[in-house]
Amino acid sequence: MAKQVFKRPDAIKENVFHYCPGCGHSIIHRLVAEVIDELGIRDKTVGVPPAGCAVLAYNYINVDMGEAPHGRAIAVATGIKRARPELIVFTYQGDGDIAAIGTAETIHAANRGERLSVIFVNNGVYGMTGGQMAPTTLLGQTTTTTPGGRLPLRDGFPLDLSQMLAVANGSVYIERTAVTSPKNIIKAKKAIKKAFQVQMDDLGFALVEVLSQCPTNWKLSPVEACRRVEEEVMQNYPLGIIKDTTHKGD
Amino acid sequence: MRGSHVIGEAATRAGCRFYAGYPITPQNELPEYMSERFAKLEGATFIQAESELAAINMVMGASMAGVRAMTSSSSPGISLKQEGISYMAGMELPAVVVNIMRGGPGLGNIAPTQQDYFQATRGGGHGGYRTIVLAPYSGQELVTLTMKAFDLADVYRTPVILLGDGLMGQMMEPVTFPDPIDPDTLPQKDWRLDGARDRDSRLIASLHLDPAQMEQHNWKLARKYAAICERETKRESYLLDDAVLAVVAFGTAARIAKGAVNRVRKAGLRAGLFRPITLWPFPEKELRALTRTIKHVLVFEMNFGQMVEDVRISVGEQATVHFHGRPGGIISTPHEIADAITKLFYRYKLDN
Repeated sequence: MAKQVFKRPDAIKENVFHYCPGCGHSIIHRLVAEVIDELGIRDKTVGVPPAGCAVLAYNYINVDMGEAPHGRAIAVATGIKRARPELIVFTYQGDGDIAAIGTAETIHAANRGERLSVIFVNNGVYGMTGGQMAPTTLLGQTTTTTPGGRLPLRDGFPLDLSQMLAVANGSVYIERTAVTSPKNIIKAKKAIKKAFQVQMDDLGFALVEVLSQCPTNWKLSPVEACRRVEEEVMQNYPLGIIKDTTHKGD
Repeated sequence: MRGSHVIGEAATRAGCRFYAGYPITPQNELPEYMSERFAKLEGATFIQAESELAAINMVMGASMAGVRAMTSSSSPGISLKQEGISYMAGMELPAVVVNIMRGGPGLGNIAPTQQDYFQATRGGGHGGYRTIVLAPYSGQELVTLTMKAFDLADVYRTPVILLGDGLMGQMMEPVTFPDPIDPDTLPQKDWRLDGARDRDSRLIASLHLDPAQMEQHNWKLARKYAAICERETKRESYLLDDAVLAVVAFGTAARIAKGAVNRVRKAGLRAGLFRPITLWPFPEKELRALTRTIKHVLVFEMNFGQMVEDVRISVGEQATVHFHGRPGGIISTPHEIADAITKLFYRYKLDN
């Protein structure tokens, strides 16, 4: 008898992804859904998508979802989680959402140690609005608002939000991952699973940064975009665990 | 009991179990009360947020989870909350937002004014929505209207604004409270986000990319607002039966105006008070009905003329609308308003 080795996760709806070819969102959505399936928490999970390309995450991830204003996902998630602590609440946010307009909400939620699992998708541009500079955009990188490349004196430096959040006492687990290769995807999934587990164990604020590719706005092919993440982006945002105090006191 | 504390206790008794706010004078006594009250109340959450924006968005989340939720602030802070209020109006999420108004614009001052009438009654944020606006004028009304605000918010799934000023917040008056409501006995919200157990997953969102869908949703909101206008106007009529002049005032201004009306009545002038309790929906029909017998209306506001526009819309050509206002936080005395009434009586020979 044939053994099924690959299937659509229960936490993914049967809708066709609207994302551009080669975009990292589809992969990351699937990873979140697989983790929700594996932890058996689909019926008590609530997600908060961002403004941006992933605003339509609710068309794909099959859990209760509540939309937040741009940048406020973590504040909305805080309200949901505090009101019903038995729920597992995650946010899914891009770099503009979490590291520019939503910086204050993010830092203070981390500092309060809100029991949330945050998926932070970093592709270095505002994708939905057409590829403008994001806080995470690399120096010299051309975007529609940095036509000659990002200049530090004019545009500021790339912001490493994950490092900033690691300083907050309420954050317990922060890891940076990527979805450029099967190996990295497996690591990213492991990290996402841990971020949910940390919440289930009531330990504190958990965040997984995922370096993602935006071939459309980078004007690269999907393969070139993955190569760019590995060769350029990772130089500025190295992969790995940034903070993990979940075993403190064991 | 102090007005701000009355609001907090009434909210708690209405089954509110989530409060998020950010310090701003003159409403700090309310978050302080909530922090102490909720610390001793099982299942209740108080959060001092990092900003007004965060506070309203936390309330949005709690409301999505089906919990009765409140935030409070004062004028500049309410401006920041408008983003969230617009989203909640769009997503049809109930919440109670208390605005203890300051003078304005900008940072203004902390003295009692009614400078935010437009902001409160015209929606306040983007997108052409409305919020129910309740204007208490006494300690006891802070009890009844705060509790009513939660019911209206739930019934119509909309944010409700409780509009007061520093005087309302600081004033101490004896009040009686009804028995507390157990939140578990409130009607179940079949739209809340609580995990897709034995049902399809739910979505609460304000994004409608398809214009046909957007139009449908906006018409749905319009029908809801029409129903609210039809059913929920509330006002007080005071000594209007034989009156030839009506003073129209709300909140603190109405309290002062009532004193003025009593004063001129003693002098034999037949003036009365029409006090809108709901500012939106404005008691338009009730005010228009008065113009069968009353041809002069004096609007008194602690601003330089906002509600007066709604009064003009209500009475049309049927009565002459006069205005008296103090916009900076100077509190008019009943004597000053009585004077304004008396002048109109003499100028228009209303006393014969």
